[in-house]
Amino acid sequence: MAETIAVHETAHEVHRHPAPTGFIRKYIFSVDHKVIGIQYLLLALVSVFIGLIMSVLMRIKLTWPNSSYTILETLFPTGAPGGVMSPEFYLSLVTMHGTMMVFFVLTTAPQGGFGNYFLPIQVGADDMAFPTLNMLSFWVTLIGLLVLISAIFVEGNATVAGWYAYIVPTHKPSGTIGPIGGWTGYPPLSALGQSSGPGQGAGVDLWIISIAIFCVGSLLGALNFITTLINLRAPGMSLMRMPLTCWAWFTTAVLALLAFPVLLAAGVLLMLDRTAGTSFFIPGGLVVSDILQVSHKGGSPILWQHLFWFFGHPEVYIAILPGMGATSHILSTFARKPIFGYRAMVFAIFAIGLLGFFVWGHHMFISGMSPYTGMAFSVLTLSIGVPSAIKTFNWLGTLWGAQIRFTAPMLYAIGFVSLFVAGGVTGIVLGQTGLDLSMHDTYFVLGHFHLVMGVAAIFGMFAGMQFWFPKMFGRMMSENIAKVHFWITFIGVYSIFIPMHIMGIVGMPRRYSSFEEYLFLGKLHPLVMFVTISAIVTAIAQLLFLYNFVWSIFKGEKAGDNPWEATTLEWTIPSPPPHDNFAGRIPVVYRGAYEFAVPGAPKDFVMQTEPDIGVPFVTMSENGSDGDDHNGHKS
Amino acid sequence: MGRALAILIWLLTLGTVLLFTNGGWWFPKAISEHGPAYDRQFMLTIIVVGIAFAAAQIGLGLAVWRYRSTSSGERSVYSHGNNRLEVIWTIVTAVVFISLAVLGQSVWAKLHFIPASADAFRVQVVAQQFQWNFHYAGKDGKFGHTDPTLIRDADLNFVGLDENDADSKDDSVVTSLVVPVNHQVELMLNSKDVTHSFWVPPLRFKQDLVPGMVIRVHFTPTAVGKYELACAELCGALHYKMKSQMLVLPEDEHKALIALPQAQFQVRMKELLDKYPFVY
Repeated sequence: MAETIAVHETAHEVHRHPAPTGFIRKYIFSVDHKVIGIQYLLLALVSVFIGLIMSVLMRIKLTWPNSSYTILETLFPTGAPGGVMSPEFYLSLVTMHGTMMVFFVLTTAPQGGFGNYFLPIQVGADDMAFPTLNMLSFWVTLIGLLVLISAIFVEGNATVAGWYAYIVPTHKPSGTIGPIGGWTGYPPLSALGQSSGPGQGAGVDLWIISIAIFCVGSLLGALNFITTLINLRAPGMSLMRMPLTCWAWFTTAVLALLAFPVLLAAGVLLMLDRTAGTSFFIPGGLVVSDILQVSHKGGSPILWQHLFWFFGHPEVYIAILPGMGATSHILSTFARKPIFGYRAMVFAIFAIGLLGFFVWGHHMFISGMSPYTGMAFSVLTLSIGVPSAIKTFNWLGTLWGAQIRFTAPMLYAIGFVSLFVAGGVTGIVLGQTGLDLSMHDTYFVLGHFHLVMGVAAIFGMFAGMQFWFPKMFGRMMSENIAKVHFWITFIGVYSIFIPMHIMGIVGMPRRYSSFEEYLFLGKLHPLVMFVTISAIVTAIAQLLFLYNFVWSIFKGEKAGDNPWEATTLEWTIPSPPPHDNFAGRIPVVYRGAYEFAVPGAPKDFVMQTEPDIGVPFVTMSENGSDGDDHNGHKS
Repeated sequence: MGRALAILIWLLTLGTVLLFTNGGWWFPKAISEHGPAYDRQFMLTIIVVGIAFAAAQIGLGLAVWRYRSTSSGERSVYSHGNNRLEVIWTIVTAVVFISLAVLGQSVWAKLHFIPASADAFRVQVVAQQFQWNFHYAGKDGKFGHTDPTLIRDADLNFVGLDENDADSKDDSVVTSLVVPVNHQVELMLNSKDVTHSFWVPPLRFKQDLVPGMVIRVHFTPTAVGKYELACAELCGALHYKMKSQMLVLPEDEHKALIALPQAQFQVRMKELLDKYPFVY
């Protein structure tokens, strides 16, 4: 044991860096994981509001197709001539909303934001293993975001960016559309360039470049997370004493490390197809807009789908696992009860991560891939339901017999469980080869994944923000505003996404800018209207969250070191923490992360750093449990 | 707060269940031989996951209703879990989910693993941006040779039919699909530009049309009528307008139509399309 501590101390010595003094090094180009975490959160906050506005515009287009808005005409003279959104503009919104949300919100905030800030503190490190790399990963990601935003303002058929015209007034903008391809960007549509129609020009180039840059940033981050967790844990912080948040962030980082390089490679290949005349994804003999494509032959459009979904499915878990971690953590804290089945939770996270790599084909049942592989993918897909069900069961088990404190973070965490179940169960429908035949590419899919990887993950972030805000900013967020926000949003997201399943059953296809052509969809109009109104109300309610966030930074009630009476290491240090987290000392950990309601202990929670609480250790076998008493003693 | 939240969770669950069971919005009636099997598997699955959904939500509601913090300073039950319950729960879910996955293969197998019969009515389908082209072999039952270099939309040769080939003399290419009722149909799907997807909701299947590949699917329509045919894979700006129709005709009416040469075929097709209203 003594030897281990020595190694840890050396590791801490080597990379300890002094607190910066200048504004720029302290807040802009900071190498402090806490500042970088907040930077990631702000980046996600900007992105989520852009993505949110886009989704509202889409709902408006679907519900009131001919309504006109002056501001749209000013910004997008080609995309919205006369202020009315064109079909091209709608599809560009589809593409940008998906890309913005999946990459720059669901991947950045839970991992780059909360993970960056709290993983080092929760394992007892004074920073990430590679602070400069950490800074780099944020700035690379930010560049990716800027490139993506510029793609919105790039004209469909020329390379002149619309915003350029506003900087140089002599250049009249001819309008803007942005890329059209959905967030999945299937070739040949995305590979053929402008010959395959509007929205396939410079916008798609920028879209690919943005994603490629994002991949690099995520890789740098993932390396850092893995190294930090493995090498920089404080003495006594054995793996099975770690908070479940750390397990989730760690697994997510492993997924990112394995998945993003594949997307990066695919993006490079697609770019080569577009610009260098290669044919990775373009078969021969194509006739596009009545012109025979002579320069391409031998490629496979399905190859892209394999590469994309080999990344794309793990990406779903990259988005949701940190939310699961935060939910477990917060549920246990406010239930005032140890997490139910800690070990099973850890295995379930791992099982989900592992299985997540063997199911990408369920996105491709109808793609023309071999139907035999479809069968294998289907069975593997439904088996992911098992670890997911274990997690749900254990969350309920954690609440059973608890003394629940209904704080705002707890409400969001309970909301997460409810939404995760609601969105997760329909995966059992979509994962079946036979049933996907009709459900594929309908609103049923939209309802499913928005609930489970969209809003459930976002509820995980709401919970995390409300929970960790006092530690990050030294002030509490308003509980009252947050509660109002919770009620509206919780009802709102159910009202938006549950009806989408019904639309999908009737047969409504996704990525349609209008349904007026189809008689069989006519009867869905009341439901379409209901969803749109719910979406608008829910979107407006998000201003409450924004207001609460900004107001609380300056005016929130001052927070103590441990306002929630929680047990993990971040609550042993001041709020906000000093530059090196533990002010030069190395914490020593004596027990598991969720020791609430220990019989005989003076308080109903025991910090991980408390050496002796004057009670004999309770062994798990007495509780009919799993053999390790979470105090590091084998029974 | 706990009770209000419990009631809200239960109400949302109830609302969801009602929306799924009211029957007002549901599948269009199935018109393919495998359709009823599809519907049965869907109902079985939706009932099983519906029960799981409702049970989890009701349980969650119960927990937040019953176990709210009391001011008396009472502590929670100190427990780290229960391995036996965990194992039972895992086995139950594994059995249920894997069984569903296996059962779900039967419709799939019917469509994909059994090849179409030799006397199936065959149609070559060539999709292009925002238009469907259906190539019929005509009286001789043989498809004329096609070549992408011969494609010229301006001359209405959408599929590149080689007019010098003897087999192509009696072929017809039109933008609507017409098939006989209660007779197996095999489609040979191909696209000339980007990926599209063939979809007639009452048929209960979708299949992508991938450029560079010919993908075969077969089905047996079981009801006469005209049905809407949509593209289900994003194919460009006017994706939402890539619409056609599938006309299912009585066998004799269909046979007579197919025997007609191209010019008359088109005229007769128009008459038939007008004769049958859309079923939806």
